[in-house]
Amino acid sequence: MKKFFLLFATAIFLSLAFSGFAKEIKAGFIYVGPVGDGGWTYAHDLGRKEMEKLPFVGKSTYIESVPEGSDAERVITSLAKKGHNLIFTTSFGFMDPTINVAKRFKNVVFMHCSGYKTAENVGTYFGRMYEPRYLSGIIAGSMTKSNIIGYVAAFPIPEVIRGINAFTLGVRSVNKDAVVKVVWTQTWFDPGTERNAAESLLDVGADVLAMHQDTPATLQAAENRGKYVIGYNSDMRSYAPKGFLTAPVWNWGAIYKYVAQKVNDGTWKSEQIWWGMDKGAVTLAPISDKVPAEVVKKVMTAKEDIINGKFQVFTGPIKDQSGKLVLEEGKTFTDGELLGMNFFVEGVQGNLNN
Amino acid sequence: MISIIIDATIRAGTSILYATLGEIIIERSGIINLGIEGLMLIGALSGFYTTYTTGSLFLGVISAVLIAGIAGLIHGILCTYFKGNQIVSGLALTMFGIGITAVLGKKMVGQTIEGFKRIEIPFLSKIPVIGNSIFNQDILVYLSIVLVFVITFVLYKTVWGLNLRTVGENPYAADVAGINVTAYKLWATFIGSGLAGLGGAYLSLAYTPLWIENMSAGRGWIAVALVIFASWSCKRALFGAYFFGGISAIQLRLQAMGTTISAHILQMLPYIFTIVVLIIATIKLEKGYSSQPESLGLVYDREDRK
Repeated sequence: MKKFFLLFATAIFLSLAFSGFAKEIKAGFIYVGPVGDGGWTYAHDLGRKEMEKLPFVGKSTYIESVPEGSDAERVITSLAKKGHNLIFTTSFGFMDPTINVAKRFKNVVFMHCSGYKTAENVGTYFGRMYEPRYLSGIIAGSMTKSNIIGYVAAFPIPEVIRGINAFTLGVRSVNKDAVVKVVWTQTWFDPGTERNAAESLLDVGADVLAMHQDTPATLQAAENRGKYVIGYNSDMRSYAPKGFLTAPVWNWGAIYKYVAQKVNDGTWKSEQIWWGMDKGAVTLAPISDKVPAEVVKKVMTAKEDIINGKFQVFTGPIKDQSGKLVLEEGKTFTDGELLGMNFFVEGVQGNLNN
Repeated sequence: MISIIIDATIRAGTSILYATLGEIIIERSGIINLGIEGLMLIGALSGFYTTYTTGSLFLGVISAVLIAGIAGLIHGILCTYFKGNQIVSGLALTMFGIGITAVLGKKMVGQTIEGFKRIEIPFLSKIPVIGNSIFNQDILVYLSIVLVFVITFVLYKTVWGLNLRTVGENPYAADVAGINVTAYKLWATFIGSGLAGLGGAYLSLAYTPLWIENMSAGRGWIAVALVIFASWSCKRALFGAYFFGGISAIQLRLQAMGTTISAHILQMLPYIFTIVVLIIATIKLEKGYSSQPESLGLVYDREDRK
């Protein structure tokens, strides 16, 4: 028995020693939801696995369903104490806890997703999801026959509003008569309510649906009535095999690999990463074969132009819902203006005071 | 449009209705069960898993009822044999339900099944306005409406129902009268928990045929509140569940139609009504009438018999 323990201890020591020397990066992830949500957290976890494939990255740790707020601080601290040298916190509500913990662990690199506060050892990262949203709008605008497109949305915050606006600009770029009707569910995560909201849009004549929610309930609602639908977060076509057109999707792996590389090289500096399709942080899921070839071609051309920097989604002239010009011809919004967007563009039918 | 709203109301209210009926039966026996939310999730996952593996919706429903019923019995046994605190035990059951379904349901995320289809009842579905919305639903909706009347009948017109209500009002008197108090409490918990599970299965098999962690999203808590709203009456529970479902359906449709009324105002309505009902109930209680079972939430101990 004693021998066995000795062997066991040696094995553990050796494995620890090897992992300590061979792998430079020991990363930790804080998730706001469960890995099995099929949406936001699931996409982050795919990115984590992608990052682990780098030769200098060791096995990473993740903690699921961490509530936003003060409890998060305790969880982040425990990761930092256990020797993680790179910590990703993947929800807006982790912003202050991340900054607070970072003050006490100066030699750990923290990366916070979707926030705006930074520090010497805290950077931020996010993706320009509005770019593929614009592309999916082109498809929706081309596929609608009733010229009513429904959009099931969670909360009226800049991130969601920006997505709706970009989508509508895409719709309007090919179909001047189409409108985008928005219904707020006031929840990220409630399949029943999302389904109900999707059906309310179908009831008023929408024949293409898009959504900014964390569950695929909208897809099922559209599929059930034989209408088209655009997913979000990850490729959700299994929920609507007939009606699925495409989905703007995350590819966090691109950002995670970049950060890990920088930390490994010792060249990491606090920065605010906001990557678009050009760097592969966001993209469009494969387009359904129901979409005609000339539409796919339009989408691909727009994609090329965005990637090459020839075209920016929010380029004037842009009018708001009331028809007032908010961006003059040829001008573009700054990142600050994009991040604080709180108006609807022309063509959106919805209430922002909700 | 009225027809569409009635249809959406019924479908949004059905899972809450099942859970409320379940909680009414349990509370009629004197036990408070705050584990409804967890039981709904257990029902939703067992139903989905069984249907996914066997392809049979019928088996899915059966397993949802049985497994949620058995899980509910944990609470029943704690509250009878072990004389545990019902509030603590119920909350624990909810947490247990959320946790265990999250772990066991991992492989079911992203899977799809063919859910319950609508069944049109001939002639009745042709009635203008209400026909197509009430008589063109899936079988679980019909079953829930039938159950409202069946449970009311059993509670008020059968010996079993009388005994159950006696146990909930005054277990000491029931015991003296030769009624097996513990057996009644356990049966009520089993049946009621099974119904809560069926409410969850309605979500995962009919309303949104998929499995996602925590998919009941608070409906179990609404059910617990609705029991008070309905003052322990099944028929009022039917009204209450559709009222809650209807508010949600109407406010989403008002948005889709482009009105400018704030959704927050509409979403508050059911809760305001619950408060109003609570105030009325308290006034009634002071005057000496109350529909709340007298021994609700109290531990029955034969040794304490007065």
